[in-house]
Amino acid sequence: MSEIIKVGIADMKTCVSPNGVMTLGLGSCVGIAIRDPMTKIGGLVHIMLPDSRAITSGQHNIAKFADTGIEELVRQLERMGAKRLRMVAKIAGGANMFNFQGGSAVGQVGERNAEAARAKLRELKIPLLADDTGANYGRTVIFYPETGDYVVRAVGKPEKVI
Amino acid sequence: MSDLSLEQVTENYYDVLKEIGNIGAGNAMTALAQMLQCKVDMKVPQVKLLEFAEVGDMMGGEEQVMVGVFLGVEGEITGSMMFMVEEESARHLIQKITMGMLPEGSEFSEMGLSAMQEVGNIITGAYLNSLSTLTNLKVIPTPPALTVDMAGAILSVPAIQFGIFGDKILLIQSQFYDEIELDGYFILIPDMESYEKILTALGLPIVT
Repeated sequence: MSEIIKVGIADMKTCVSPNGVMTLGLGSCVGIAIRDPMTKIGGLVHIMLPDSRAITSGQHNIAKFADTGIEELVRQLERMGAKRLRMVAKIAGGANMFNFQGGSAVGQVGERNAEAARAKLRELKIPLLADDTGANYGRTVIFYPETGDYVVRAVGKPEKVI
Repeated sequence: MSDLSLEQVTENYYDVLKEIGNIGAGNAMTALAQMLQCKVDMKVPQVKLLEFAEVGDMMGGEEQVMVGVFLGVEGEITGSMMFMVEEESARHLIQKITMGMLPEGSEFSEMGLSAMQEVGNIITGAYLNSLSTLTNLKVIPTPPALTVDMAGAILSVPAIQFGIFGDKILLIQSQFYDEIELDGYFILIPDMESYEKILTALGLPIVT
């Protein structure tokens, strides 16, 4: 029987097929799912902020940031036997939850998170296969390293698989 | 100032923050009672410093559908503020305020949401007014924005603001009653510099 492992906010988890990983209610945060299709090892990181270097005060949670979070997830997957060269990624989230006039810093944080995730994946040469980011609604996501299916659920919308 | 963390602020000034929360929530409920023209009772608000992960659980899970009203704060205190209320409570409030003009189930229509926005406006305005009166600092709210979505997704907005400083979120839960019990949550998110201003204005020394 397979198990779905829950990932919290600013948190990451890895798993091996047939298990999956999920995170509930992504808003402006971004859920980055990475897997190695050969070994079917995969994981999910739920990041809140784009860049760890922009924050000075003592921050210990590396899963909170797109740059350090993705790096650490890749490292953990490699330690489990996944190969970087085979890794592929999908991302979801990064919504602009409240519609503000003038596009304040608060309003743009979702897009900045998504962009930081894409940039980090490019830097690590991990292909981005699907991207369901932006818009103004929250998303619950479930990732299955077996198939690479990334299931996206939202309030009042049909479930989709990217 | 940058070395003062939210944990330190909360540890040293918990009673003050709690009192600000109490008075703010009290004023907000009075304003709501006037708007609804009925009696609204409330419990003593709970002030909590929670890990991000605990907040969703407290509100009935990250996927619990809620209404969130979010606004910016400008003036001498800067930052943002949010009021959240659970879906059923919001429907009830909307029915009350529109005096049953909306058919049941259509509370989240454009008209219903605009009424809810007005409720949010009045509640948060009253809350911020009391903060302004207490500190004698100018507080100007920007027009609020509203959304109906999963608790986790709504909370990501203040969590990200808090996330810049630490891994916790300061939350004021206030339960109030008219005919049914309503659970509302206030989240005040002052910029770190504003904490110093608030505490100084209240005559408290900054201890780091």
